[in-house]
Parts: sequence; structure tokens; C-alpha cells
Amino acid sequence: MLYINCPHCGMRSQNEFSYGGDASVKRPELNKEVSDQEWDDFVYNRKSLRGKHLELWQHISGCRQWIKVERDTATHEIFRTFKADEEVA
Amino acid sequence: MTQAFRINNGGLVNREKKLSFKFNGKSYFGYEGDTLASALLANGVHLVGRSFKYHRPRGFFGAGVDEPYAIVQLYRNGETEPNIKATEQELFEGLEAKSVNCWPSVNFDIGAINNFLKIFLPAGFYYKTFMWPKSFWYRIYEPFIRKAAGLGVASTKHDNERYEHKYEYCDLLIAGSGPSGLSSAYAAAKNGAKVILAEDKPRFGGSLLTSDVNIGNQSGKDWAEGIIAELKTMPNVLIKNRSQIFGYYDHNMLVMSEKVSDHLPSTKKYHPNKRLWYIRAKEVLISSGSIERPIVFGNNDTPGVMLSSAAKEYLKVYGVLVGRKPLVFTNNDSGYETAIEFKKHGVDPVVLDTRKNPVSEIIDEAKNLGINIKNSYVVVAAQGYKKVKSADIASISEDKKQLGEIENLQCDCICVSGFWTPTIHLASQSGNKTKFKEEIDAFVPGVSKQNETTLGAANGVFTLDETLKTSFKAGSELSKKLTEKDYEIAIPNVVEKKSSQHDKFWCVPLPKGKNYKRFLDFQNDVAVSDIEIALREGYRSIEHVKRYTTLGMATDQGKTSNLNGLQLVSEIENKVVPAVGHTTFRPPYTPVSIGAIVGREVGKHSKPTRKSPMHEWHEKNNAVFVDAGVWLRPRYYKRGDENLFEASKREAKNVRSNVGVCDVTTLGKIDIKGPDSAELLNRVYTNAWLKLPVGKARYGVMLREDGIVMDDGTTTRISENHYHMTTTTAQAANVLSHLEYYLQLVWPELNVNVVSTTEQWAGAAIAGPKSRDLLQKLFPNSDVSNEGLPFMGYMEGDLFGAKARIFRISFSGELAYEVNVESDYGNLMWEKILEVGEEFNIQPYGTEALSTLRIEMGHVAGSELDGRTIPYDNALEGLVSKKKDFIGKRSLQRSAFTAEDRQRIVGVVPLDKQTSIPEGSHLVKDDKAQLPNPKLGHISASCWSVEYDNPFSLAIMKDGKNMIGQKLFAMSPLKNKVIPVEIVSSHYVDPKGERVRS
Ligand SMILES: [Zn+2]
Repeated sequence: MLYINCPHCGMRSQNEFSYGGDASVKRPELNKEVSDQEWDDFVYNRKSLRGKHLELWQHISGCRQWIKVERDTATHEIFRTFKADEEVA
Repeated sequence: MTQAFRINNGGLVNREKKLSFKFNGKSYFGYEGDTLASALLANGVHLVGRSFKYHRPRGFFGAGVDEPYAIVQLYRNGETEPNIKATEQELFEGLEAKSVNCWPSVNFDIGAINNFLKIFLPAGFYYKTFMWPKSFWYRIYEPFIRKAAGLGVASTKHDNERYEHKYEYCDLLIAGSGPSGLSSAYAAAKNGAKVILAEDKPRFGGSLLTSDVNIGNQSGKDWAEGIIAELKTMPNVLIKNRSQIFGYYDHNMLVMSEKVSDHLPSTKKYHPNKRLWYIRAKEVLISSGSIERPIVFGNNDTPGVMLSSAAKEYLKVYGVLVGRKPLVFTNNDSGYETAIEFKKHGVDPVVLDTRKNPVSEIIDEAKNLGINIKNSYVVVAAQGYKKVKSADIASISEDKKQLGEIENLQCDCICVSGFWTPTIHLASQSGNKTKFKEEIDAFVPGVSKQNETTLGAANGVFTLDETLKTSFKAGSELSKKLTEKDYEIAIPNVVEKKSSQHDKFWCVPLPKGKNYKRFLDFQNDVAVSDIEIALREGYRSIEHVKRYTTLGMATDQGKTSNLNGLQLVSEIENKVVPAVGHTTFRPPYTPVSIGAIVGREVGKHSKPTRKSPMHEWHEKNNAVFVDAGVWLRPRYYKRGDENLFEASKREAKNVRSNVGVCDVTTLGKIDIKGPDSAELLNRVYTNAWLKLPVGKARYGVMLREDGIVMDDGTTTRISENHYHMTTTTAQAANVLSHLEYYLQLVWPELNVNVVSTTEQWAGAAIAGPKSRDLLQKLFPNSDVSNEGLPFMGYMEGDLFGAKARIFRISFSGELAYEVNVESDYGNLMWEKILEVGEEFNIQPYGTEALSTLRIEMGHVAGSELDGRTIPYDNALEGLVSKKKDFIGKRSLQRSAFTAEDRQRIVGVVPLDKQTSIPEGSHLVKDDKAQLPNPKLGHISASCWSVEYDNPFSLAIMKDGKNMIGQKLFAMSPLKNKVIPVEIVSSHYVDPKGERVRS
């Protein structure tokens, strides 16, 4: 079970969180012309990386904040965590 | 019955307390502190079971967790448990156990014909033989295998024992309480670290209980006792016996199973049977020791052949002789320690050493005691069927290829030592890249992946002196980093005998003309010949060899067999062992009760049960409940002998003709506040929200980004910047997360807050033509007329002193209202509604009537919004704005979603107006068509229409728009029904929706 450092609450066990997928996906702006390809990339197409992956988790049984987690998908090592509005350098 | 093999004194058992027990129906005695294994051996019982494949007689091989054979079915306090190791089960008064794997009895076993008839199930037998013909599998092969094999019988009764889960956090978790575990625990504890020390056996001390050493000026055993006594007094130390750490998971999470009650005749009141610990440790010290490995020789599975360390443990811990004419077969000095213990107790052993001329202090001591030692000698084969009677022995050439003349030596047990295998399971589970250590012919932990350190014998360190030094140091340094304290500890002097180098010898060659079975994996009956077959047939990867032969796949996970298997593969393949590599170790290290894993989460405790504030009233009024998500909701209120069908019909009818009241507390409720609330709703829902006035409610549909309907419900504008959203019962949590996702990540610029208020409000739906009259009486000071509170209107009112929210919304299709009060007033509201409603013939109605009412109105619910439908499919396209953008809108342009013949909701009526259509039935054109019969749609919900008094269903069907009037068939192969039906509009009752506005 992963041990995730919620930037708001501190170290908490994985069972307090729910997974939210790739954090690098950006929703196309509203009221903007979007091509089929762009929309497919947003809704469906994911890289499924092996290795370092920036992903979303929600601390549902805690502060309810969505956070970003930089995790190795192969080893489960967590490198850094970020608040939703924090820039990932 | 006397305990013929118990020595007069010695051992750690309590001779004051005799315990009686039964094995295979026969009564015996043992002592408190015995295991079932030691008590049986004390009584001279060596035959405990039959082997898995060949049903060969089997006895005891080890004395603890490594035991591959002695697995029994245990009976305790009216319950039974399979797969119990006799070497781990502590004796208690009245214990009963039986052999497994034998039918009809352990002494006469029909399965053993496998052995004599040379069916001889070789490697891959199951794959090859039982594959063909296919039809034989269920009728012949499987029943045969099931009867012949298995490790006991699971109870079919409910398990009345209680199991607990516990979560712990610590600085250092230490696995094992031998010399290494005790030293590191002591050093860390002295530095003030929070320490958990876990020992799988009942007694702490590990190898110090059996080894002949001195630490400081005490015996090793006394030193251990002193350390444990001191650790127990320290508040920062938790020390647990009977506790096996069996799994090492990500981020230093370890799981430990504590046997709380297995050693007692019955579980004490309020105590669990087992306790499962989830421990998050900053540092993990693995001091799990090592397991002696056997030397492979002919018939090495005969009862009476056992590990020399086990023989020593039975003698030193339990005061039990495993034989009176022991033969010790060894390639290292450990065998001599066992021989010396025998000799000290007046028994004359013979030692066969594969080495030519070893020299060491231990060997000198053995020689001085006059022990008969034969160098360059091996056991070729054990003789005897149910018990060792003698051994065929021979001298062996220096290159270990040639055997001398075979001699027969009388003996009643063979104690074998092939050197030591570090127990690296936990380190390997944690992701440690293990490495092969040539000097000890075994794998040891290499580079750690997590915060784990392996010490002592588990790390391939076999001298006490070095173990203590490295362990004190590791405990001290790791804890110092965490506590910043540095307590000075003087590492005690050690007196131990030095050993000489072991012999790199692990398997005795077959003598000419002999074809003895030489077993590698004792539990799974994998012999040397099986590995040879697998390699001959082309299996190369050790993982494939393992699966083909089942080597190391038994419940003992190859604790005694892995390395010998690897040696064999490497020898045949002419590779070095590290190139062959070992198979991956996975948790659990040892079998764990399913009950312990499940814990308290059984039956109704497997998920929380939520009840509305009116639950008690429902109970008192004969409600029959149904699970709705995690909620319990009244399905119907039973009157007299009514069944579900009759009651729900009555309740629904009463709504259509008078007035009914339904508990709708379970609906999800989300409070939305902030200046941008309308903008958020406008983006989340498919319809327009910017112009909803204060005091008005609106129905809305929300989509996922892929265009599929996520949920529906009404949202009411309470005040300028304050909205009250309702969701379906099932989707409440998902909708909240969905809103939070967009507010926090996608549109953080929106100034809105959302919070769940589901449990803050109790809700009652009042529905039926007389609902307004009732409402007026409930709120005499409010104007609830059609003008004062029009359809989709909202007002606040005073309900006998309680502040109430009144919504004019309808799910039933009737004139209807929903009243919400703070949960604590829920009961007041409910009782007042029924009391005042009496003159209008009010009746409460449950979810079944609620469904009936919505189905015949064509209102969609979860069975239509099933994660596969878009708004059009549910006839909700009128709510999809063409002007503004919203979540999921772009997806609605997908060609499948805009197809002319897109699926759509329809109504379905059976032609005979009698036969109810099972939900899930398929709609087909021709009921006699060849299979697979093309499916046109499926029945999503069915009811008995109270308006027309005939069955009515909703269906989602292809090209539903153009299907009205078609005569088709509803087929349910599951219920074996074919029903001729007609497709009608989904709005079966009041299609113009006049009632809700009346
Ligand atoms: Zn948090």
C-alpha cells in the first residue's frame, strides 16, 4: 500500500486516496473549435508510461483536495507531490 | 500411554502440566509448551500423512515454519481448520487433529497405488494426461484429483471466530527475535526509537534456544531472556510472539499475522482468533535467520528422515528424542552439534560426513565424546516404508561421483544437514536484488530497494560474534538517525565454537541399477527425475521449470527445496547458480487464514450501513428493506399477508388516486455556494442555468467527457449565490468528486464551494392528487397554491416549528412536493405528514412503488442511465443546449452518437397484457431465428402499470424512434421465457405531463 505525502495533510496511506489518471492531460478550453484528434487525445489516448509519471490523486477520505503525484509506475516510488495549482518544474 | 521418547528432564516444556490430545482418533498425552509435532514424536508417532502426488508415507521433516509434510486438519471448539502445520500448532487440552491426503486412512492409503503401479505422475503429468479428451475432465479427472489430493477440508460452516485488523506505525520493525533481532531491537530501543519486535514462534530467542554458546557471562538462552525482560519494560517497545510477518509491500508497509488464540482450547470472550497488523515502518530489520537445507538421497522422504536442526530443537526445546539409533548425515559442522546433543543424553549416534578430513573445535568435541564418525561417507538410500529401519550407506570418492560398496546400517532416524539457507523472503518481497554468495552456496540480500536491512544468518552471517556486532551497530545507527540519541552499548563478548568449511555437496548419486526416488520438493513430491524431464523437454527458465514441475509451488514455498532445485538445474545446464537465478518470492511467506485477511468486514460489516432518520418508524411499520447503495431503504410496507407485488401495487395505486409519502433522504445533496455557482452549473449540466431565478428548481442532466450520461437530478436556487443540488443515491459521491475535479484542476478561477449535505437533510416526497391539500394543512401560513408554489417552484416554510424547504418537484409524475428538514427533525416531519395526511388516506410507499410510478411515466433512472447511454437514448435531447458548451458536449458529435438508427428508450407491453417481462430480456424480431439471434434492444426496467393494470416495461433499443407500433418478442433464456410484445411510447401515462402542473 502506497504512502502518499498529501501536500495539505502529510503522509497518508493509499486507501484514503482515489486515483485520477494522467495529470499532464489538459482539457481543451470551452467554446473552442476542437478537432476529432485533439478531442480523442483528451478523452481517450493515454501514454501508459513505464517509469516516472505525473498523475492525479484525490484525498477523498481526507482534505478532498486533488493533488499531483510524481510516481514511478514500475517501482511505485513516489518522488514528489504537488498541490493542484502548483507548477511542476 | 507413556511418552516413550521423552527424556526424563530438560527442554522448556512445563512437565507439571499434562495435556491430553487425539490424533487420528487415538488418545495421547503431551505437556504444556509442546507443539503437536513434539508431542507426537514424544509418543513415538512418526507417520502423520501421505504425500500430495504419490501418497507416500510422510512424517516430520522440520520443527517450525519450514515443515513441508506434517500438515493436519485441526478440530478446535467445534470448528475445523485445514492446512495446519503440526510443527507450529501448540498443544492444548483436548486438541484433536487428523491426517490429510490419505483415504481411507494414513496406514492404508489407496492413493499410494500411484506409487506402486508406477503411474508415477511425472513432471507435467497434469498438463499432458488430463488434457484429453476434454469431456473427461469434469466427470473423471477432476473428481479423482480432488479425492486424491488436497491439504485438508475447509469448513462449510459459518466461521464464528472473530478476526481483527490493526494499524501501527514505528521507527524500526524487526522480524525475528534471535541473536540478531534482539541486539538491534535493544540498541534501537535504548536510543528511544519506537520498536516493534516480531517473533513467529511462541518463545523468543531463535537459535539461542538451541545453540551451545555463551554471551557475556551467561548462556545464550539466559542472555536472551534478560534482554527480552528488559525490552518488555520499555514503553517505546512492542514485542510480539506468535506473530509472523508474512508480507513486505510498497513503501515499507508490512503485514503480520498474530495468532492470539490458536494455542488455547477456545477463544476467550471478546478476544480475536487472529489479529492482522498493518505496520508502516521507517526502517525494517530482517533477522529472519536461516533454514537448514537437506542433502538429497534415495527415499529421503521416509518418515524418520529429518533436518538435523529439527532433531536438535526437539531435544533441546521439547525434551524429545526423534530416535534412539540416530544416523547423522552432514556436509558441515552443524550435524555434529546434533550428534553431541544426542550423545549428552545417552544416545549413541553415527555421523556420516561427506568431507574427507574436516578439522574444527566442534568435531574435536564430538571425537572426544567418542562419537562414531565416518568421513567421506554418504547415505545412498533410506530403508523402511512407514519409518526408517536402516540406511544404505557408502563411501564416496573425492570428486563425489563414485560410490563405494553399499553397506547397510541399522538406524531409526536420519538427521540430515546440507548447510544453511538464509531466509531472504521478506527482503526479496521488498524488491531487494538478491545476490549469490559462493561461500555459503546460497542467495543473500543485495541492494535494498526500500528501507530494509538484513542481518545475521538471514544475511549469510553464521557466526554469533559477527551477528551481534553488526546487529547492535545497525540498530544503533538506524535509530540514531531518527531519534538523534546515541546511547553507548558495550557489545558483549561471545564464546562460540568455530566451524570449518562446509562441503559443496547436495545430492547423492544413484548407485548402479537403482532407481530410488530422490525428492527435492517434499510437499509437492517433485523428485530429481522430474527436473530432468522438464529440462529434457526444453524448459529452461527457472520460472518455467517451477511451473511445469511444481517445484517450490506448495504452501511451504520451497523453503527446504529451492536451492537444491537450483543446484540441479545449474548442474544439468552447466551454468552457475546465479545465472539460473531464483524464482520470485511473493507474499505470504507462510499460509494465512482467510479469516484474518477478511477481519471484521464480514456480512453486514463488509460495508457501512446508512439509515435515514426515519428508519425506526419504517421498522415499526413493517417495512421490508432493500440495499440501495450503502443505504437501507423501505422496499414496501407489508400489510397482513401481502407479498411484494401486492403491497407495491397498493402503494402505487394510492399515490395515483390519493396521496403517498416516500422517504427520499438517501438522495445525494450537494450545497453549492459562491458568485460563480451559476457558471459552474452551466458548464456541468447540458441545459442552460444562467437565468434560473431565485426560488426556482430545474432538472438537469450531466455528462462525462465521453458524452455518456453521468447523473441527473434537480438543482434549486435558494438565494442569489446559493444552490442546492440533488443527485441519484448511487452517484452522490462520484458527482461530488466530479465537481471538485473541475473546480480544483480545470477551472480554478471559478469562485465556488461545494460540500455534501446528504446527511444533513431528511427528505419526504409527498405525491398524489391530494398532495397539495395535505401540504396546505402542514404549512397553514404558506401559500402553496398553484400560483403561490408553481411546478418547479421552491419556498421555505415552518413545519411545526422546524424550518423546512419545500420543492415542487415530481419523480412519480403526479402533483408532488418534496419537503426537507434538518435531519434531527426528520421523524417529526414524517410523523406529522402521516398524522395530518390521515384524512386524505395517505400511505407510505417504498422503492418498489416508486419504481412503478416512474417507469410508467417513462422517467429514466439508474437502469437506463447505466453508463452506456447518451441524452438522446433517454429521450433527454431536449435538455441538451445547442448554444453553450458543457462537459462532454464535443463527444456528442461522434458518428455513433448521431447515427439515424441510434438506440432510444421505448415502452414495451406484452400482447397478452398478462405476462411480466423479466428485466434484462432481449428484444428480437423472430423468436425462432438461428442463434445468435440478432438483438434489437434490452428491457431495462419492468413494472405492473397501476394506471392500466397490465405489465409495462422500458427498453433501450436500436432505432427506437421508428419502432413504435412494432410487434416483437422479448426473450429471456435465463428465465426460459418468450413473450410476444408491442413497442409503445415510453411515456405510457400522462404523456403530456399535465398532472405535475395541475
Ligand atoms: Zn489531504
